[in-house]
Amino acid sequence: MTLATATQKPKPQTISAPAPPHDDIIGKAYDPQVTRRLLTYLKPYRANILAALAMMGVSMTGYIAGPYLIKVALDGVAARDANALVWAVGLYIASAIAMWIGTYARVRIMAVTGQSIIFDLRRDLFDHLQALSLGFYSRYAVGRLISRVINDVSVLREMITWAFIAVVRDVYDILGIIVAMFLLNWQLSLITFLVLPLMFIATEIFRRRARQSYRKVRAAVGWVNAVLNENIVGVRVVQSFSREEYNHRVFAENVNGNHLRATNEAALVASVFFPAVDFIGSLALALVVWLGGLAALNVFQFPGTPEFTAGTLVAFALYIERFFSPIRDLAQRYNTFQATMAGGERIFELLDTPIEVQDAPHARELPQIRGDVEFENVGFHYSDDPTPVLEEINLHVCAGQTIALVGETGAGKSTLVKLVSRFYDPTAGAVKIDGVDLRDVTQNSLRRQMGVVLQDPFLFSGTIRENISYGLHPSTSLRSAQDVNESAIEAAARAVGAHDFIMQLEKGYDTLVGEGGAILSGGQRQLISFARALLADPRILVLDEATSSVDTQTERVIQAALERLLKDRTSFVIAHRLSTITRADKILVIEKGRIAEAGTHAELLEERGQYFELYTMAFAERA
Amino acid sequence: MAPESLPYPSISPQLQFVLKCKTALRTIQRNESTMKTLLRLLQSLNPYRLQLAALVACVLVVTAAALVTPSLIRAAIDDGLVKNDANAISAIALTIIAIALVRALFNFGRRYLAERLINQTGYDFRNALYDKIQHLPFSYHDQVQTGQLMSRCTEDVSALSRFVGQGAVEMLNVALLLIGIIILLFQQSATLTLIGLIPIALLAIATVFFAKKISHLFLIVDQALGDLSAALQENLTGAQVVRAFAREEYEKVKFANAHQKLYDARVTVVSTWGVFMPTTNVLIMLSTILILWFGGQMVIAGTLSLGALVAFNAYLILLAMPIGELGFIVNAAGEAVAGGKRIFEILDVQEEIASPKNAPTLPALTGRVTFDAVTFAYRGDRNALHAVSFEAQPNQVVALIGPTGSGKTSIVNLIPRFYDPTAGRVCVDGFDIKTVDLKSLRSQIGIVLQSSLLFSVSIRDNIAYGRMDATEEEIIAAAKAARAHDFIAGFANGYDTMVGERGVTLSGGQKQRIAIARALLMNPRVLILDDSTSSVDTQTEYLIQQALSELMQGRTTFVIAQRLSTVKRADLILVLDDGRIVQRGRHAELLEQGGLYKEIYDLQLKDQEQFAREMMFLDESEIAEESGGNGSGRRAERVMDGA
Repeated sequence: MTLATATQKPKPQTISAPAPPHDDIIGKAYDPQVTRRLLTYLKPYRANILAALAMMGVSMTGYIAGPYLIKVALDGVAARDANALVWAVGLYIASAIAMWIGTYARVRIMAVTGQSIIFDLRRDLFDHLQALSLGFYSRYAVGRLISRVINDVSVLREMITWAFIAVVRDVYDILGIIVAMFLLNWQLSLITFLVLPLMFIATEIFRRRARQSYRKVRAAVGWVNAVLNENIVGVRVVQSFSREEYNHRVFAENVNGNHLRATNEAALVASVFFPAVDFIGSLALALVVWLGGLAALNVFQFPGTPEFTAGTLVAFALYIERFFSPIRDLAQRYNTFQATMAGGERIFELLDTPIEVQDAPHARELPQIRGDVEFENVGFHYSDDPTPVLEEINLHVCAGQTIALVGETGAGKSTLVKLVSRFYDPTAGAVKIDGVDLRDVTQNSLRRQMGVVLQDPFLFSGTIRENISYGLHPSTSLRSAQDVNESAIEAAARAVGAHDFIMQLEKGYDTLVGEGGAILSGGQRQLISFARALLADPRILVLDEATSSVDTQTERVIQAALERLLKDRTSFVIAHRLSTITRADKILVIEKGRIAEAGTHAELLEERGQYFELYTMAFAERA
Repeated sequence: MAPESLPYPSISPQLQFVLKCKTALRTIQRNESTMKTLLRLLQSLNPYRLQLAALVACVLVVTAAALVTPSLIRAAIDDGLVKNDANAISAIALTIIAIALVRALFNFGRRYLAERLINQTGYDFRNALYDKIQHLPFSYHDQVQTGQLMSRCTEDVSALSRFVGQGAVEMLNVALLLIGIIILLFQQSATLTLIGLIPIALLAIATVFFAKKISHLFLIVDQALGDLSAALQENLTGAQVVRAFAREEYEKVKFANAHQKLYDARVTVVSTWGVFMPTTNVLIMLSTILILWFGGQMVIAGTLSLGALVAFNAYLILLAMPIGELGFIVNAAGEAVAGGKRIFEILDVQEEIASPKNAPTLPALTGRVTFDAVTFAYRGDRNALHAVSFEAQPNQVVALIGPTGSGKTSIVNLIPRFYDPTAGRVCVDGFDIKTVDLKSLRSQIGIVLQSSLLFSVSIRDNIAYGRMDATEEEIIAAAKAARAHDFIAGFANGYDTMVGERGVTLSGGQKQRIAIARALLMNPRVLILDDSTSSVDTQTEYLIQQALSELMQGRTTFVIAQRLSTVKRADLILVLDDGRIVQRGRHAELLEQGGLYKEIYDLQLKDQEQFAREMMFLDESEIAEESGGNGSGRRAERVMDGA
């Protein structure tokens, strides 16, 4: 064994750099289903879009007329015909004006239209997210959701406001030029188009290669970002373990090196394509100069066409130059379309996620409750996993009682209390408040009478006042904080012992707490969340006790506040503090989704069962 | 608009603060020499001199070819059509193809070499930044957010490498074209040249103006988008609170307000674009109009050839293209310089904490740690420690206890030299840690904190993070000692299971045990740990405590203590308050003394003890019966020993 281990060398090629992320960016370039869904969002703006297309017609006509008018001017000049020059220049000015107006109007209309479509889509997404039940949030990482609503929608915006119009414009451009060239001289046009097959072959090769290299570059960028992010966040660990040199080597050789190789490869593909297209364009130009020139010299004639003049030759040359740029554009836009379709697919998938907890059609308002809670043979499992989380829960809690739930992580404590707020619906049995099945009432009327205090007290980035009054109803206006009686807010803060530290802050209740309550300590955030729950004055309170350590002073205040908060209401507490547990009217020991034991502290100790076991272990070891 | 007066009433105060800081930073940056930064940026091309020379050669050829093409058209008209020479026409057609071929080849070279330069300089800058960031001291990272460093390494690097690799050469191209075309045109007709250049000059002014304006508008869009993301993030993170208080409608209004601002900002941008885009086109058309009108009359009057007129137009269009992009190139140059300044700011940060030159490597330590009148302050803050002195003997357990912010973390941060004290000395085995090789110091210190950061690599590589040469047996042994082997073996891929987004999601307790294994494998002489285990169930908590005990065997250990069991076993308890050691000694002595220790004990530790005593009292007989069999019995026994 020692021999084998002695030859074992560290393998910097395979270890210590996170694996490159999977590629989930590239999808189909055209997905009829996604397109159809997108079209439903375009529908309300039909008139606008038609107007924009009409305006584009105006501007493109002006644009395409240009070379033809130059021909007329040149022919006039060649024939020493000043009149023709005046006409041509006059019309050219008119076409310039038409182009300006048409383009401006089109962009203007599409700016408003495109943004409105995106606004609608993003609003629908957000509204849907507000309706989705908590079960959804436990499956979906916040980062991913943000990426849907911000990034994927932005990709669609890109598509609707620019790409869509640009594609229409490119097609219009190509068709317009073809028509103009045919009008000038259809035989020469056909001969010129002989180079088109070459063009299509080049474009097709490019499209395939570009797709591959685009995919590689995206993956490489993702990898670089992931590694950078992880090592910046974890820089303290890196330094603790003296990994700086090693990490740098891995980054330079693998991660960043991979990025370099991928981007260089992509550069090669693009660098071959664009000069090649230019060259093919020049071939067409040479053909025009040669055949057109000879025709103009009457070396031979294109039968049945107007005289081939120097002006015709120039116009042809100008059209050919313009003809190839939309083709190049379309080839480049291909990648955008792929990204859009993939983004669209993800967005609509999210929009189609079913809402698990919904108000029943006959749901009524829950009247003022006393706080009697009953679990009747309740069972629960998640929609995507048939493993039962809760089974045969039977429980009756009288109004005003405090229930402490204890048990191991994953035993089902938090699921059980979530059923009381109807964050989930039970899959068997019923949860009733004052004898009313929760599925028969509206979620809103239920939750207004419930208070929830989370283990990690989440605050919003407004003022302290706004945070404390967050649960006050009814008000959908943003001014609710001001509408609330000042003294009520202060009273709630005083009751939980938060008033003192709030007044010590520079702006008192108007202090901004920062993102997630950043300026406050953990204990202070907790007290604010207590005040928030207290001010809402719920009949039923669900509380997940925080376990993070706070300093002595704060701990004392929190314990007092808890007592105050639990008084006179039905409370479910996922308990960690010994003092909370011993004071409870009833302790439920939850084990593997069932109520293993129930009773007061003294009763359960007597029983010498699960509870006794659990707490000898926990508290004896600590001591 | 002056940046100082940027009114963003819509955005959140935090962002407003950030903006103010940015503006202040920008003002400072502007005062620094822009030229210096520019020179330094161009110096990054030094290793690629040959490639750069080849690139410039390609640009010269391509530009020359571009300049020749319009005169070929002129020749086709004047020499071919007007002089009725069919041979000339054929020759010109062939020349067009020949020149096109040359142009295509060199254009390929130009594009490819430029892109490679962009990629290579980007690669170099990213490497340099990454290396620097990894070495920057904690005090630096305390003040700079991850997001900022990320945007240095991504956005700033790509902006400046694009400029260095391409923008500079593009500018050269525009200058060459401009000079070449003006010379060629002047030879034909000075008046017509001046007339034709008027719209081109206007175009140049318009693009510079527009590019400036649009980049300012994009800044507003970025802000609005940032605000929207922040609002969204908050709403999604707080989803349960929103549901619990039934405030969905309120949240919708809040979101819609932020959303409306983004909408407005975007419409403004696109509308501005809508003015600019047709205006540039019209200016180009205007130059054609002027050439046709004045040039046409000159041709009629016989002072200009028809071919020259056509060539004139072609040259001006040729010039218009790069001029139309000039504003954006200038803007990109500005951004590159600004990004460059930000990057050099990082690269130039002094590494305060580094091994001194020729620092001796520490021998294997016995583990004596001495603080000699150590005073310490985090950068720009008041003192976190005031003249702290103590000595920990090898293999002792030192418990640090005190309120939040009393200096416990500061003490443990000074031992691996994550920071340097502002006064006094920290010594291990009598060596001042400032004088020795940093790596030899840190490799003998192990750290396990409550929230353990693991990397997105396999579990094996996470455990071997500090010792990449560890054998499989050593890794497994460490995992076993850390009570992690069982759950690791339970994964389908065992030790090869990937951690993080692309692999398994580990619970807090599992992460902590892997972190313990990671520290164990290093076999450190000095250990720093935090004994709290939050949000884990009782069973896991027990396992973690066992693993920690194992880890502490035979090393000098500093524990930020939350548990009675820890303070009871400690050889030395340091009670900290406001950066000073207010009490020191063993548990029993300190309890006797009263003071802060007693206060903390009463509030946080006592009920643990009371409960334990209550338990023992309740069933001493039962424990005696079960002792040796049942786990809880054994544990209670240990409590009795301690009490």
